[in-house]
Amino acid sequence: MKKLLLGNEAIARGVYEAGVGVATAYPGTPSTEITECIAQYDEIFAEWAPNEKVALEVAIGASVAGARSCCSMKHVGLNVAADPLFTASYTGVNGGLVLFVADDPGMHSSQNEQDTRIIARGAKVPVLEPSDSRECKEFTKIAFEISEEFDTPVIVRLSTRVSHSRGLVELNDRINYELKPYVKNPAKYVMMPGYAKRRHPLVEERMKKLREYSNNSGLNRIEWGDKKIGIITSGISYQYSKEVFPDASFLKLGMVHPLPEGLIRDFAKEVETLYVIEELEPFIENQCLKMEIKVIGKELLPVIGEYSAGLIKERLLGIKEEKLNNLNEDVPARPPVLCPGCPHRGTYYVLKKLKLNVMGDIGCYTLGAIAPLESVDTTVCMGASIGMAHGMEKARGTDAARKTVAVIGDSTFIHSGITGLIDIVYNKGTSTVIILDNSITGMTGHQDNPTTGYTIKGEPTKQVDLEKLCQAIGIERVRICDPFDLSEFEKVVREEIAAEEPSVIIAQRPCALLKYVKHGKPLTINSDKCTTCRMCMRLGCPAIVDKGGHIEINSALCVGCNLCTKVCRFNAIEKAGGVE
Amino acid sequence: MINRSIMIVGVGGQGTLLTSRVLGDVAVSLGLDVKVSEVHGMSQRGGSVVTYVKMGEVVYSPIVEKNEADILLCFEQLEALRWIDYAKKDGSIIVNSQRIDPMPVITGKAVYPENIIDKIKADYPQAISVPALDIARSCGNIKAVNMVMIGVMAKHTDIDRDIWIKAIERNVKPQFIEMNIKAFNMGYDFEEVK
Repeated sequence: MKKLLLGNEAIARGVYEAGVGVATAYPGTPSTEITECIAQYDEIFAEWAPNEKVALEVAIGASVAGARSCCSMKHVGLNVAADPLFTASYTGVNGGLVLFVADDPGMHSSQNEQDTRIIARGAKVPVLEPSDSRECKEFTKIAFEISEEFDTPVIVRLSTRVSHSRGLVELNDRINYELKPYVKNPAKYVMMPGYAKRRHPLVEERMKKLREYSNNSGLNRIEWGDKKIGIITSGISYQYSKEVFPDASFLKLGMVHPLPEGLIRDFAKEVETLYVIEELEPFIENQCLKMEIKVIGKELLPVIGEYSAGLIKERLLGIKEEKLNNLNEDVPARPPVLCPGCPHRGTYYVLKKLKLNVMGDIGCYTLGAIAPLESVDTTVCMGASIGMAHGMEKARGTDAARKTVAVIGDSTFIHSGITGLIDIVYNKGTSTVIILDNSITGMTGHQDNPTTGYTIKGEPTKQVDLEKLCQAIGIERVRICDPFDLSEFEKVVREEIAAEEPSVIIAQRPCALLKYVKHGKPLTINSDKCTTCRMCMRLGCPAIVDKGGHIEINSALCVGCNLCTKVCRFNAIEKAGGVE
Repeated sequence: MINRSIMIVGVGGQGTLLTSRVLGDVAVSLGLDVKVSEVHGMSQRGGSVVTYVKMGEVVYSPIVEKNEADILLCFEQLEALRWIDYAKKDGSIIVNSQRIDPMPVITGKAVYPENIIDKIKADYPQAISVPALDIARSCGNIKAVNMVMIGVMAKHTDIDRDIWIKAIERNVKPQFIEMNIKAFNMGYDFEEVK
């Protein structure tokens, strides 16, 4: 049976068919759906871990215990998981261990464009790169075989376009994978210097064998066509290149680390002009240059952003699509925004009013940086807000802490915010941290986390009590407040930033998109009362619009959250159909 | 017509993902190869969203290029203007007349262009304007905008009406099938008053 599956769904299917027992992850676009889909199979234990490092450690433990296991993350998640990865490369595996890492060229939903192949090379682990959903499933199963045959973790590298494109996939049955015996083996699994020194040569030996495998495995294949043009490519770039050069010869790489040097030489010898087409870093290209093979790659193609058939055609063939119309209007950009009813809107309205420095973090609430809320000063990585607020205080003195806050979501706080907060307490900081507790992991599409009280499978579980957690590490001032109670919230923020000791404000209000959140009827503006003072426009609500000088509420977008009624001094905003 | 390139453009949250899922399902029931490229993550929060559907004997790239779309299905006027260069000169262009102001317009930093649909029609006389929000509202749920749009699009393909209806039935929750099919049918039977 063939089914139309997202790349991520196809990975999940491959995981199921490969007989995997344990699957872990921290959500991150574009990787999230992998583990969401795995969780639907009763045969597999799946979990959301607090962060990618823990997730990988759980997967390593399961592998050592003899199960096939996997761990999924976005590219920046691999930075968090790099510590266990680099040493798991030395220990090797018992049951197969595969990491699914999704890069985001073009930064559709990310803070940078790093290339996972570079980290994999550093960690000395092999990388497979599927180019569509069919290969996602197929390569997943091969990855587990490679992992066990070569005693190594394996990375399957994805990109946004592969993860989030659907393609037809043939479904097969799950294999019956017997747990491998667990045998104590400190020389393999205890990486203290004495043992690690003996493991490192084995890693180098393994890379040699993998280079051989890369040359001979069917993962890397030549498709002979016209030999005037030869193209070495992998992943989604293969699909784009096939559209632009349907008749050319291709060396299509499914294993991108280690690269098949022999195969590359054989291919290069036969073709006249050789292109390397790869998104992001010149990884394949540099290998060719090292082998003294002349290729055309990044001299014409960008290291920045996502590719497309159109871009390749333009850069390599100089052919640009003609414009077939006379429409030359300026089209205003449409950046993403906080949703109507979003609890963060109340928080940022107050922070902007108080003119505070706001150290931001990763999540929907990063959108508070955009006009008109324009409240967020910095965003670096998961958890950075808290450490950076502390750094600002230590650099500029405690006065800086009187006008600075860190804002961080509930899930991000658990991911890596708590350690920063411990640092503030330990090192006598006086910063104020606002935990934006919207009861869910929002941006990635509503995943449960340790603060929600439910597991990935929707089962009730213990819930981290953020208030008690903060108190336990030594924060004596913990306040809980609804950010839609604007006057109370403002009072609480004023008090806490003034305090000469560390404090936490838990801004508690659930995400407006959660199914259990009840919405009110859309609001409307009574034009007799409205003075067009535009206070409501300062909320940056997408439902409140200026229609040629008078303010209106778009009833198709308004969810009746009533936040705007609290900033209107003329009581001009009413329930549709009049005052109740 | 075996090879078809379709683009669905709109604003995050308008239900374009379900539209592409139905289209993908239709392609599968026609026995075609198909790829659908979706947008998940940050752009879904009210940003400009584009979904590509390509079907044919063999499909490589999941992305539709400029001047390539046989159908440009636009859930919002400004988004129609943003992506118009992707339509074939004689392609079907279906525009929901709904207007959603982007934040730069709300903050006064940019202006929402006037008479977008007329301007598009000057270059593409075959373009159709649909009051899909009003039609969906009359079906009892403004979220059915996507089904109205699918209905209008279905009419402009040579694919049997029943194939569309079956695909919708397979992709919406049982309790919403009736309302969604009603919206689809109203879209299918929609005639633009010239």
